[in-house]
Amino acid sequence: MFELLGIPPQALFGQLLLGLINGSFYAILSLGLAIIFGLLNIINFTHGAQYMLGAFVAWMLLTYFGVPYWGALLLAPVLVGIKGVIIERLLISRLYHLDHLYGLLLTFGLALIIQGLLRNQYGISGLPYAIPPQLSGGQNLGFMFLPNYRAWVVVASLVVCLATWFVIEKTRLGAYLRAATENPTLVGAFGINVPRMITLTYGFGVALAAFAGVLAAPIYAVNPNMGADLIIVVFAVVVIGGMGSILGAIVTGFGLGLVEGLTKVFYPEASSVIIFVIMAIVLLVKPAGLFGRTA
Amino acid sequence: MKNTGFLLASLAASLMATSALAQDISVKIGVLNDRSGIYSDITGEGSVIAAQLAVEDFGTDKGIAVEIVSADHQNKPDVGSNVARQWYDTENVDMIADVPTSSVALAIHEITREKNKVHVNSGAASSDLTGSACSPNTVHWTYDTWALANGTGGAMVAAGGDSWFFVTADYAFGHALERDTTAMVEKSGGTVLGGVRTPFPGQDFSSFLLQAQSSGAKVIGLANAGGDTINSIKQASEFGITQGGQSLAGLLMFVNDVHSLGLDVAQGLVLTESFYWDLNDQTREWSTRFEEKTGNKPSMIQAGVYAGTLHYLKAVEALGSKDDGAAVVAKMKELKTDDPLFGQGEVREDGRKVHDMYLFRVKTPDQSEGPWDYYETVSTIPAAEAFRPLADGGCSLVQ
Repeated sequence: MFELLGIPPQALFGQLLLGLINGSFYAILSLGLAIIFGLLNIINFTHGAQYMLGAFVAWMLLTYFGVPYWGALLLAPVLVGIKGVIIERLLISRLYHLDHLYGLLLTFGLALIIQGLLRNQYGISGLPYAIPPQLSGGQNLGFMFLPNYRAWVVVASLVVCLATWFVIEKTRLGAYLRAATENPTLVGAFGINVPRMITLTYGFGVALAAFAGVLAAPIYAVNPNMGADLIIVVFAVVVIGGMGSILGAIVTGFGLGLVEGLTKVFYPEASSVIIFVIMAIVLLVKPAGLFGRTA
Repeated sequence: MKNTGFLLASLAASLMATSALAQDISVKIGVLNDRSGIYSDITGEGSVIAAQLAVEDFGTDKGIAVEIVSADHQNKPDVGSNVARQWYDTENVDMIADVPTSSVALAIHEITREKNKVHVNSGAASSDLTGSACSPNTVHWTYDTWALANGTGGAMVAAGGDSWFFVTADYAFGHALERDTTAMVEKSGGTVLGGVRTPFPGQDFSSFLLQAQSSGAKVIGLANAGGDTINSIKQASEFGITQGGQSLAGLLMFVNDVHSLGLDVAQGLVLTESFYWDLNDQTREWSTRFEEKTGNKPSMIQAGVYAGTLHYLKAVEALGSKDDGAAVVAKMKELKTDDPLFGQGEVREDGRKVHDMYLFRVKTPDQSEGPWDYYETVSTIPAAEAFRPLADGGCSLVQ
């Protein structure tokens, strides 16, 4: 059997698959960020906290109301999305006429408040959330043991990502949305309620983050910092893909998951840095990102 | 109005003066730990409350007034060093307590020596604090990497786990824990097949666990802590590692980690701690007081902050002074330790506090009678065997 740099191919396939799984979280999260940035021009630093809220709401639904995983997968994004809509109406909408920096500071502050409140209430060690019984166990693929739940994560996130891309790029609703970002006044003149559309878009972006949070709850520790740890990486993914590019966010999300997976095999110590190294290189060579349009 | 205030103040001052003894000392203790990151449940505000309980139990009738301050070192050596220098230089802090995260602890340890103050460490694990880096100004109270390796590592090898693979947090603590466990495994006749250094803190360990799985080692040693350990164990269960015949060794686990994992995932794990709330009447009583203030049972680190602070205050009282840090630590070594949580013990020449350690097994959901009822005692490791022999540490203070 051939070996690549001392790594047997079985191990390599396994690691690539794992990279793809991690990439699915990057993809959904960066997709939400890209939509919000593309349509609202807001750098949504609350995104990590909203992902974390998704996981927490799933836990709360189960613990306080007995709602199982599948219910939470639907309910938690809706609830967190509604919370996002309220935040957008009450706070973020007041900043659209100002510089990006204000939106960034506001959303960053909100993230710290949400994390702080949950940390105060539930501590940092995290809360237990079991894998749903229908998806426990796994398949032996020969080169690795693939837990059923991880396979589900990849499929679910691919479907959600592609559906989102389709809606925004290929449907009439998506066309309105894209037009509204180009010229809100003109689109408004055609009788379309632009502010409401923007609010709902923000709510949808937030719901995507919460969806990723529910997907993550059974495999990562559900704790108030889970989003903060991830959000910086996700921002790097968005920057590499090109700020605001929907397809860029999806492709880079999965792609960087793979690169990170490979780094974990060949030089694990660098696995937390590799994405930022790539970001630096991409910014030097192609400042608008791999899929971004130069303004 | 001004006059009334002045009168009240002098009245209060004279009242205090009559109740104080000749040796009126005011001591300032700084609890420095992780108040927002992954170690904030096992240290954090709970450690501050533990220190306050120690002051309460020490009593206010001994002529020693104690003030407690606290700060967050964010698990970063530079942040911790800045706080420590500021405390020692401008805020008259006499003793720094707790300090989890070995990289930060080693920095505080050096600053404390330089300023001739006192550091009573409870939170950090590295056995270097009382080994190659030992200092006349530091007492290391609760546990260390050698004791963990000796407890859990020894037990796993004895149970037939003679080949190991390490998943190690890539900083001072993980390195020390891996080193001490490797030594223990090899001494007991086992072998180490390999290991992987993981970025700290981490989220997804599946890749590293897969490498551990394909190594074929019988035992996967988790040389990490807090959220890293929780994520590792959760994901190992998902990837069917234990079902495949490999065992997990959580080399540093706390009762809070088990609480967070849930017994379904954590059951059967073997771990070493120096304190558990349900050991005896005294630990139960103290833990109830602690829980009333915090809502959680104490971790062994928080228990160590209590006991270490209490012993420090006893030493200051016996010495009648707090000014010479090395002298206070010398007094702490001279006096036998005695507190409700760790029982009787002593602080060795190298600064190591010795007491019994316990090997626990996590109960199954059926065995557990309620929240926080998580451990059954497998064995008690007597104080004399629980810590690294004095001569082996390479500490320059040991003659």
